Amino acid sequence: MSLNAPPLRDVHDERGASFTEFGGWEMPVEFDSIRTEHEAVREDAGIFDVSHMGQLEVTGPDGRSLLNRLTSNDVSRLKPGDSQYSTILAEDGSIIDDTVIYRLPDRDGNAAYLFVPNAGTDDAMTERFQRHRDEWDLDADVANETTAYGMVAVQGPRAPELVAERSDDADAIDDIGRFEATYVPFDGVECWTARTGYTGEDGFELVFPADDSEEIWTAFADDCRPCGLGSRDTLRLEAGLLLSGQDFDQDENPRTPYEAGIGFTVSLDTDFVGRDALAKQHETGADEELVGFVVEGRGIARHGHDVVVDDEVVGTVTSGTMSPTLSEAIGLAYVPVEYAEPGTEIGVRVRDRTKKAKVAPIPFIDTE
Amino acid sequence: MSFEIPADRRYRESHEWAAESDGVVTIGISDFAQDELGDVVFVELPDVGETIEQDDNFGVVESIKAVSDLYAPVGGEVTAVNEELFDAPELVNDDPYGDGWMLELDLEADAELDSLLDADAYEDQIA
Repeated sequence: MSLNAPPLRDVHDERGASFTEFGGWEMPVEFDSIRTEHEAVREDAGIFDVSHMGQLEVTGPDGRSLLNRLTSNDVSRLKPGDSQYSTILAEDGSIIDDTVIYRLPDRDGNAAYLFVPNAGTDDAMTERFQRHRDEWDLDADVANETTAYGMVAVQGPRAPELVAERSDDADAIDDIGRFEATYVPFDGVECWTARTGYTGEDGFELVFPADDSEEIWTAFADDCRPCGLGSRDTLRLEAGLLLSGQDFDQDENPRTPYEAGIGFTVSLDTDFVGRDALAKQHETGADEELVGFVVEGRGIARHGHDVVVDDEVVGTVTSGTMSPTLSEAIGLAYVPVEYAEPGTEIGVRVRDRTKKAKVAPIPFIDTE
Repeated sequence: MSFEIPADRRYRESHEWAAESDGVVTIGISDFAQDELGDVVFVELPDVGETIEQDDNFGVVESIKAVSDLYAPVGGEVTAVNEELFDAPELVNDDPYGDGWMLELDLEADAELDSLLDADAYEDQIA
């Protein structure tokens, strides 16, 4: 398999990045150190190249209807410039992917949407949307723009000031509220500028033509720390945000939004693929749910480790790391609901030894 | 990027080093290894008094992003463990050949030391 390289591959290489494969893309994992990048985002500002994320545009007279029938949240609530976190589900209610859906300015009198699925899923999502469109005989366009667009995230307490400074219209930036977005020019390049992110900090995500990637990146990278996927992972985990393929995985560990703790992405008033299964689970309650935990002894729990209570395996760790902010080993795990209360004592099996851990509220840190 | 590879010690292909002085061997990981791992956040080591054989998996070093097994470049009885690493694992990054040392062993067989790579051969390996 050949890897997709982000438009900024050479720029990152020159800056000393080490790379990793993620979702079929060769992406920077760290520039200097995960810890310093993590701290920069918590205390100041950092910029991430997230061009590996999918970008699909759904337009046309039935675009809204198509999106509403294939995602769990209620797209009809979005006005132009709004966005929402949502999921794409299988019939059985398990999460295939999570996504942010943005409503773009209307096109030809119709609502237009950009949605951002996870890295490497854009082809499958495009196929899924087009197949259902044809099956339901809807008049909608589904365009996979993943390689046509670049995307960066500027995150951290100083991000709003920095993004306003670098833009051609600081007032427009100030007017963008949380989960809102609009087109703003940066050095003449029109960027879809959204106050969203994956770090638990304030900040923006910018989507722009791939050809302008270097111009946009360097406009920020000289005044804030370039960050890789390593710190992106520690930041999102501290913020209690899910990682696709790890905290839910259609093949290995299928989970519903209720089990994954993101029931707020489900609008049962709409009719979507997976709705009936979720309605049933909503009524009976889930047997297991995703919880945060902190390891109390020495040791770090990682993806795939067992959760034990009284020497019996009761669950699975889906994510785990040493939290740079808290200097404690933190993680996420699915456990039976009777163990889900914060403060509950559980054990995690790390290399054949049980380490004491305690269920903790998520997010692990105060987030914006 | 170039890495420090002091000539006064020997190296295992898996990036541990062994430095002998009067029959006592000190063990740690190389500058290259700490750089590959990134920020070290946890080290698991055997207890003093345990005996390990050459090539044994004797412990674990974890960075934020990766878990890596440690392999004994030589065998012997563990006479000292760097307990400072339990509270300050970042010493492995800051000073891999000095304060970031991991174990001291009573060397059992000189031949084991001779079986390791010298600095030049290790440099060729990581080049």
